[in-house]
Order: sequence, then C-alpha cells, then structure tokens
Amino acid sequence: MEQQQSLWEFIVQQRGKLLDQTIAHIGLTFISLFIAVLIGLPLGIFIARRKKAAAIVLNIAGILQTIPSIALLGFMIPLLGIGPLPAITALFLYALLPIIRNTYTGINEVDATVLEAASAMGFSKWQILTKVELPLAFPVILAGIRTATVINVGVATLAAYIAAGGLGEFIFGGISLNNTNMILAGAIPAALLAMLFDFLLSRVQKINLKKIRVAVVLMPFIILLLSSFYVIPSFEKNKLLAGFTPEFMGRQDGYLGLKSVYKLNIRNVVISDAVMYKAAYEKKLDIISGYSTDGRLRAFDLVILNDDKKIFPPYYAAPLIRNDVLQKYPEIENVLNLLSGKINDSIMTELNYEVDYLRRSPEAVAKDFLIKNNLYRQPRNGNKGTIHLGSKIFGEQYILINMYSMLIKGYTDLNVDTKTGLGGTKICFDAMTNNQIDMYPEYTGTGLLAILNASSATLNQLKQNEDSVYNYVADQFKKKYNLVWLKPIGFNNAYALMMRRQQSNELNVHSISELTDYINQSQN
Amino acid sequence: MIDAKNISKKFKQQTAVDAISFSVNEGENFVLLGTSGCGKTTTLKMLNRLIEPTDGEIFINQKNIRNENAETLRRSIGYALQNTGLFPHYTVAENIAVVPKLFKWSKEKIRARVEELMIKLHLSKEYYDTYPNELSGGQQQRVGLARALAADAGILLMDEPFGALDPITRTRVRNDFKNLEEFKKKTIVLVTHDVQEAFELADRICLMDKGKIVQTGKPTELLFKPANDFVKTFFDEQRLQLEYKSVTIKMLWQFLNDNGNIESSATEIAADRNVWQALECFSLNETDALIAHKNGITKKISYASLMNAFNQYKKAN
Repeated sequence: MEQQQSLWEFIVQQRGKLLDQTIAHIGLTFISLFIAVLIGLPLGIFIARRKKAAAIVLNIAGILQTIPSIALLGFMIPLLGIGPLPAITALFLYALLPIIRNTYTGINEVDATVLEAASAMGFSKWQILTKVELPLAFPVILAGIRTATVINVGVATLAAYIAAGGLGEFIFGGISLNNTNMILAGAIPAALLAMLFDFLLSRVQKINLKKIRVAVVLMPFIILLLSSFYVIPSFEKNKLLAGFTPEFMGRQDGYLGLKSVYKLNIRNVVISDAVMYKAAYEKKLDIISGYSTDGRLRAFDLVILNDDKKIFPPYYAAPLIRNDVLQKYPEIENVLNLLSGKINDSIMTELNYEVDYLRRSPEAVAKDFLIKNNLYRQPRNGNKGTIHLGSKIFGEQYILINMYSMLIKGYTDLNVDTKTGLGGTKICFDAMTNNQIDMYPEYTGTGLLAILNASSATLNQLKQNEDSVYNYVADQFKKKYNLVWLKPIGFNNAYALMMRRQQSNELNVHSISELTDYINQSQN
Repeated sequence: MIDAKNISKKFKQQTAVDAISFSVNEGENFVLLGTSGCGKTTTLKMLNRLIEPTDGEIFINQKNIRNENAETLRRSIGYALQNTGLFPHYTVAENIAVVPKLFKWSKEKIRARVEELMIKLHLSKEYYDTYPNELSGGQQQRVGLARALAADAGILLMDEPFGALDPITRTRVRNDFKNLEEFKKKTIVLVTHDVQEAFELADRICLMDKGKIVQTGKPTELLFKPANDFVKTFFDEQRLQLEYKSVTIKMLWQFLNDNGNIESSATEIAADRNVWQALECFSLNETDALIAHKNGITKKISYASLMNAFNQYKKAN
C-alpha cells in the first residue's frame, strides 16, 4: 500500500510534467505515424500494382524493422543530430513496414471478380482505387496502422535519449536514479497509451461496412490532430540550449540544485549520456551535464564550468582499505599514497581519454604514467602475502587498479590479485566487508551518499566542502565498518556543467554563476 | 448491331481466341456455348474491352470500339458475372445504382429505377439497405442482374450469370429473367457451358471449341443440321430432351393430325409451347388430348399424333 500511495503522490506532484510528457509522447507517435501513412500507403498501392518492386520494397522495409531501436537512433545522430527530427525519422522507419505490407496485402486480397465488375461497370482506375480497393482493403490497412501505432508508442520512449521528450524522460530518469516511482510514472502511462490506442483502433477495425467511408475520411484528421500535440522544442539560434541526462534532471545535486541555488533557468532537453558529449561538440547543445574526468571532455574539447556555489558534492577518489589488512602489512599505506597529489582532474581526463577513446589498454596507460612520473619499479618476488584489489566496472577504475597493482609489486614483497569489473558500489563494498577484497578506489561523494546515506542535515552541515566531506566519510567508515580511507588521489570525478571551450571563451562564461548572468542578460 | 471481325486473343504462347467473326442483331439473344477453355469468356470480355483483342476489329452500332473511351463504352453496356461481383461494401440499392450514379442521374431518378428493378426481379423491399453478404446466392444473382440492367443499356453481356447457383434456384432465377421485358428487348450476349440453358435462352447459339467457332445458328439448326461430328456429338447426351425442347407445336403444325373424334378430356395448350411442355401436359394433367390453335384453326392432338408429327418433322429437316 505504501508503495502505491507514494507512486500516486509522485504522480500528483509531477502531474504537470507527466501531462507534458504524455502529450509529447502522443504527438511523437502520431507525427511519425502520419508521415508513415503518407508515404507507406501510396508505396503499398504502388507495389500492389508492380509485383517486381514489391519484393524489393518489402525487403528493405523489413530490414529496417530488424535494426534494434537504440541502434537506429544511434545511426540517426551523425545524420540528423539530436532532437525531434532523428526521433521522428526513426519512428517513421519503424512504422513503415506494417503500413506498406498491410496496404499491399489488403489491396491484393480484394476479390478479383469485384474488381472485374467495377471495371466492367465503367469505373475509372482512380474510382476503382478509391471506391473499391481502398475501402475493401481498409480493415487490413488499419491493422497495419494499429501495429505501427503500438510499436511507435513503445519505441517513442527511447526518444528521450536524444532530446526529443516523451515518457522516456521519466523511465530513464527513474532507472538512473533507482527511483521506482519515477519509472512507473513513465512506464504505466506508456503502457496505457499503447493499450488505449490499440483498443480504439480495434474498434475502428470492426466498424460496420457502412461507416467505412466515414472512417476513411476521418482517420487522417484524427491522426493529424493527435500529431499536433507535439510541440517541437524550439531550437532558436541565439539562445543557449542545455542537454541533461534523465538522472541529472531529477537530482537535488543536479538540475534541481541549479534552479534553486543558482536560479539558473536555461532551456533544456533530456538526452542520453551516450550521445550528449558528441551533441555538444556538434553544436547541437551548448551546455551539458557530464562527469568531470570523462575522457570525452578531452576528445571533444569541452571545458568544465566552475561550480562556484558548490552544489555538486565532491567525488574525490581515494584508496579504501580494510583496517586489518593495513595493520598486517603497514608498509602498504605509504605505497598506496604514492599516487596522492599526482593526478588532478585534467590528468585523469587525459588518461580516461586514452583508454575510453583511443582504446589503449588500462595496463599500458597505467605503466606509461608511472614511468613518466618516476614511480615505476620492476616487480619484486612477491612472496610475503597477497593483497586482493577490486575495481568497479569502468575505465578510470581499471587504470587506477593497474597502477596500485604495479606499485605494490614494485615497492613491497607482496603479491597482488585483482578482481576487476565488480558491477557497482554495492558489490565492491560488500566484497570488502566480506573480506573477499582488501582494497578498491572509492569516491568520497559515493561513500557519503550511496553507502552512508547521509541525511540532508548532515549534507548541509558539510556544505559540499571537499575536506569536510573527506573527514566525515573517513571518520564514519572507520567507526562503522573498520575501513580506512587513505589520502585522496587528487582528482574529483563529480557532476559538472560543461561547454565547448571556444564558446566558453567567446561568451566569457567560466562558472555557473557567469552562465546564469549571461542567460539573464540575453533574455532582457 | 455487334460485329466482330476476325478477332483473336493470344496470351503469351497460348491462343485463346483464334480469328473468329460473328455478328449479333439488335434485340437478339446470342449465346456463346462451349466447354471451359474454349475461348467463349475471352470473346465476351473483348466486347466491352475488359480484354483487348490481339487482332481484329469489333464494331458496335457501326463504331469501332477501339476508338472509344473504354470507360464510356463499358457504362453503355450492361454486364453480369457468374459470381455476381457485387461490391461487398455497398448496399443492395447502392450496388444496383452504380452505373446510374456514374451517369450522374438525379437521386430521385436513381431511387425510382432501383425500386422498379427490385420489384421486377422479385427482390423484397426490405433488402434495400442490406449488404450482399446477408443475401442468399439466388438473391445476390438477382441484384447482379438488376445492376446490369440499371442504366437501361441497349446491350447486355452475361458471363455464366446463373452458373454459380444450385439447379432449382438457377431455374427459378432464369425463368424470372426470361419473363422480363428487358430480356426480350435487349441485345444479349450470354456465355454458358450449360447446353439446356443455351437452348432455353438463345435465339442463336454460337458453339465454340479451341478458340474457334464451330457452328452458329438457331438451336434447331445445331440439332438437326450439325456442321460436323463435333456439333453432333456435343449434344448427344441430352439430344432427345433438347429436341423436344427446341421444337414447338407451331413448327409441327403441318404434320399434326386433328383427332377431333376423341371424346374424352382435353387440355388447351398455346401453339408456341414446345414438345417437352406438351408431353409434360399429358403426364401432369392425365389428359388424352391437347387442344391447340393456329391461324384460326383448331387441332385436337393425341399423344400418338404428337410423337408421329415430331418424327416426321425430324425426317423433313
């Protein structure tokens, strides 16, 4: 009951947004459907006349249908960028096959004697098409439109990935934030829409023969009307446009904080992390919410705007190690602290760039870095004991764990066993407390929010200050879990707003406050 | 009225119709008869350009139909099909009104015409707004006939119009059709493989085989003066019945004796009735003699004299 009630509360609280998303969703579905009918219907009629063309057209449409929807959206981005155009194009391509195929089938299935009679009565070809073939094929064509509609309602949720709006914003935001209510607030209306349209179209399909002609006339108007629900987000040239991940949109240390603390009111779209950086590079977006050490910053020449009012909690990385291991092999502390102060944000970004973007192995990148900083030493015999290292499942952690492994082997007589690719924070942390691993690199913000679940009172008290957060986390971990935070490495992999370097210089915007000022000025 | 000159139709390798010529007079009922695949339906469809001849010319009222707009031509020719070809999404009334509507008749005129035809074809008024699939096969065929007649075209083409019906319904619909004034008035070209039907409806029969015309003539000519063995054997199976049906009392008149001395019961019969009907009269009414009139002369006919006259007629022909 509790769960249902809170879902209901969420829906009531977000009803404005939910309504907007639902309407945008309906609009997206029907604009693409309308275009698909506009093109699919004549194409279906054409191939019903030319049997040779039929195989080719149906095969092409069939192949389009088999492309996974995420991949199709991915193809669209280099061609059409982000926003409604690629989303509608992708949806249109999905809707095409059922409409072409059913038009073709429907017209082919019209009784030959009826056609002969129509011809013998003196109907012209156009009259045969409009008065006999299309009305008689109508139920089959409508079944195609029905299939296409249901497909489109489903696929349209993915439009949120490329800043085209719709119910996907809640669904993907909810997945990122692990907020079930948010997922359901997007998923349930999407499912209801699919069922509603399916039901309504099934009613039209069973329509009395007599009313077919009325239905044939009305259908385009209804589709057009529903299409008009979608107000295409205006991409005005002179104004800045921000793209935020669904997760960022819903977080206090994200867009909500930008609004309340900075009073930042920027036009924004929701977009997937996977395409966001590229979209900024291609000037489809101006401001994005990224991670401060992401290699793509370097790849696409983006700069981070200074968080001068400190709304993003610090996520400083530091080795987290079991206290009993530290007692047993005290020499390890100094070794692990060797990296401290050696890697700042831009160095980490550079290293990530080499691994994530240039596809170099984390091991080679780690070794090069150590050699360059005169930290590398040949491994010793490693017969004293074994340290078990763990890492989460992304590039940055792989690099760090390789460095630690080389350092331990080079500076001590300990051997190293690495367990890389542990799914997430929870898995790494549980592995520590169950003595399966001895150490892994963790981030202070994660420790604070994900493991300690700090209250908002605590958060206010810490004021997002990097030192106070580190001290609080180190203190609490020692007390609660007997785990020790060693010295921070020096970089902060936190949320950040970023923009193209060139634009940042042109507009003279280097911090979020300056961004707010710039937007407020340009609006006046 | 209809003049087909040397028309041929080739489908890829196959010759469906091979340089045939025939003409149909105004008001005549012309039946194209033959087994399936003999080219009779192809021939019929060339008359309203549903199929274009590969060779040859067709003239309707002295006009070469090739030079006419196909749609205009078809609207001026009634057409009835074996499987009716009714529009399933049109009501009975709308189906009948198809061609008048193409001619842009006024609503009142169309309605009046539809109602008139429904009465003539014994279609109950309640079917006016029903759809074809709610009707029986016989009723559908009647609607198909009404549609073919609706615009009162001078020519009616019929492609096995009763072929899909069961024998009893077929006879009933055919008889009702035969009794229409339109049947008598119009030039009709009818395709059938049913010999009985051909004899019943035809003024002239055109017997076709393998894309060629074997013989064209009145039913009695085909029976009694067959052009070759094919014609002869074609009717063998039903010869006796056909002969009885194609010969009328009128035709036998000169060979009939007046058995005026018969005292017992006698039944009146019209002189244009055929021998088959006369025989039915004998058996149904259990009568000994029939009374017929021609040109003011009355003859009383016994069973024996009827059969005798029939045999003499056959010898004479």
